Amino acid sequence: MTYHVNEKGYYGEFGGAFIPEMLYPNVEELRQKYLEIMKEDSFQREFHQLLKDYVGRPSPLYFAKRLSEKHGTKIYLKREDLNHTGAHKVNNTIGQILMAKRLGKTRIIAETGAGQHGVATATVCALMGMQCIVYMGEIDIARQAPNVARMKMLGAEVRPATSGSKTLKDATNEAIRDWINNPVHTHYIIGSAIGPHPYPDMVTRFQSVISEEIKWQLKEKEGRENPDYVIACIGGGSNAAGTYYHFLDEPEVGIIAVEAAGKGIESGESAATSALGKLGIIHGCKTMLMQTPDGQITEPYSISAGLDYPGVGPMHSHLYRSGRAEFYSATDDEAMTAGLELSQLEGIIPAIESGHAFAIFQHKKFKPDDVLVISLSGRGDKDLRTYIDYFKLA
Amino acid sequence: MNNRIVHKLNSDKKLLSIYFTAGYPSLNNTVQIIEELERNGVDMIEIGLPFSDPLADGPTIQESSTAALKNGMTTEVLFNQLKDIRNTVSIPLIIMGYFNPVLQYGVEAFCRKCQEIGIDGLILPDLPLDVYESEYREIFEKYGLVNVFLITPQTSEERIHQIDKASNGFIYMVSSASVTGSKSGFGSEQEAYFERIASMNLKNTQIVGFGIKDAETFQQATKKAKGAIIGSAFIKYLTEKGEKNISEFIKSIR
Repeated sequence: MTYHVNEKGYYGEFGGAFIPEMLYPNVEELRQKYLEIMKEDSFQREFHQLLKDYVGRPSPLYFAKRLSEKHGTKIYLKREDLNHTGAHKVNNTIGQILMAKRLGKTRIIAETGAGQHGVATATVCALMGMQCIVYMGEIDIARQAPNVARMKMLGAEVRPATSGSKTLKDATNEAIRDWINNPVHTHYIIGSAIGPHPYPDMVTRFQSVISEEIKWQLKEKEGRENPDYVIACIGGGSNAAGTYYHFLDEPEVGIIAVEAAGKGIESGESAATSALGKLGIIHGCKTMLMQTPDGQITEPYSISAGLDYPGVGPMHSHLYRSGRAEFYSATDDEAMTAGLELSQLEGIIPAIESGHAFAIFQHKKFKPDDVLVISLSGRGDKDLRTYIDYFKLA
Repeated sequence: MNNRIVHKLNSDKKLLSIYFTAGYPSLNNTVQIIEELERNGVDMIEIGLPFSDPLADGPTIQESSTAALKNGMTTEVLFNQLKDIRNTVSIPLIIMGYFNPVLQYGVEAFCRKCQEIGIDGLILPDLPLDVYESEYREIFEKYGLVNVFLITPQTSEERIHQIDKASNGFIYMVSSASVTGSKSGFGSEQEAYFERIASMNLKNTQIVGFGIKDAETFQQATKKAKGAIIGSAFIKYLTEKGEKNISEFIKSIR
């Protein structure tokens, strides 16, 4: 069993490129060139130099002593929250902006939900002097004002998506439409491990620096490269894909994914795709997604905008279907409680997305000598408003 | 292939084809709109099966799709509305939509139903050529359905030949790099593109879509191509004038 993409762009039965012909030349160009470009010495040098000097990598692997004592197991945190711009998203945008430059593109578009990927894209566009347009749902623009301001300050144009539910799914539709309308000079930086092949694989490879570092960092600390478990939250699944990547073929490493259950899987307000989804096509790939029996894509719900997506990347659908990964889901309340616990035990306020990964302890018991690595995918600054309202802090 | 589309393409006139979203402006006027279009001399109809996330469509068709879904349109409802359509309508009928609703209905079940009703072809822009060829071609052919592929000004010559080879009706020629309903008139760039495709001597004729909205653009588009498809402009007209004055719209085109 392979957990990697095959030459046709599939992970098992998931993946592919279900795109209108208008997108074919761009996606095909990318498909033909992405591996070759990524292998170039000059690309690798520039990518790793920027990750080091600009992003601040390697991100620390931190042994969380008090959290470990609390849950009776050994817990390491992979500190993606300490990256420049505050989350793992920038690993991918650095990679893709370098890719765009080598493809001769001069204009960048992106979609964003909470604004983290939008900020990470606006950041690298400023760095490279490229025009940047970020599509964001009208509703998200209203509830994520600080990130909208950040993008504008970085020189990006933020365009509201006013169709459908006016959130991430619709922002993605608008970005795809922009690409159809501007087929020659534009590169679309997708922010998650979704979209038509080769996007899920390309994004995963850029994010795989996370697990590459975990291996040597854990070797230093524990004398072994492989933990017993790697744990990450999943929306589209880019931080999870990067956290799992170098452990996919190591059967002794357990892979755990935590989805957003919202107000509960059965509540009608949820984003737990593995529990509620069915095979279908969303944003150019065949994967598990939440939909009506008639094939209309439904509106997800989660308190965390970054997990508020009705699908999951095709690699993750395959990990779920094949049984390679264990899938759990955490409700809003469980994630918020876990976020508060991490804040008060370790002095780290996580993004609410990452809080879902820490809610695993409300669902699964680990052994005292288990070694866990949890992806702390982002910091909680952007979520302060939500924390304030939820915990009545002000 | 013995199919109404193929027969129609063999006639010597330029073809006017109209797209509308099933279930818009109101749920139950699908049959009425189709009959009215035929009565007014329209040659072929694309019946839009609405989808929640129509990636290749501009605001007009998006909004009509959202409204149609809200009105209660589903695949099953549409098939029920169309079950007796061949008692009254004889021009070619094509269902146009996105692949996911077809996949959920079951591709073979969908095609079988189309044949029962008398649907002649499908246009599914996000069903890619290679997947069609390897997984679905046999099913489409078994049920006598023409599958229509799109080409755009960016489509390479090599790929146009592949698409031509895989097609068994006509090629849907997207007039410019755009989603539906977004261009105002055709310039020299489009004319050069129309000319370039015409000179390729493809086995399938071409019908132009995207950006056709009035008599002028219809004439420009059909100077070289066999016909043209009007979608967004017709939907806008329905929004403003309702279903009663369809003849007025068609007369304004030719």
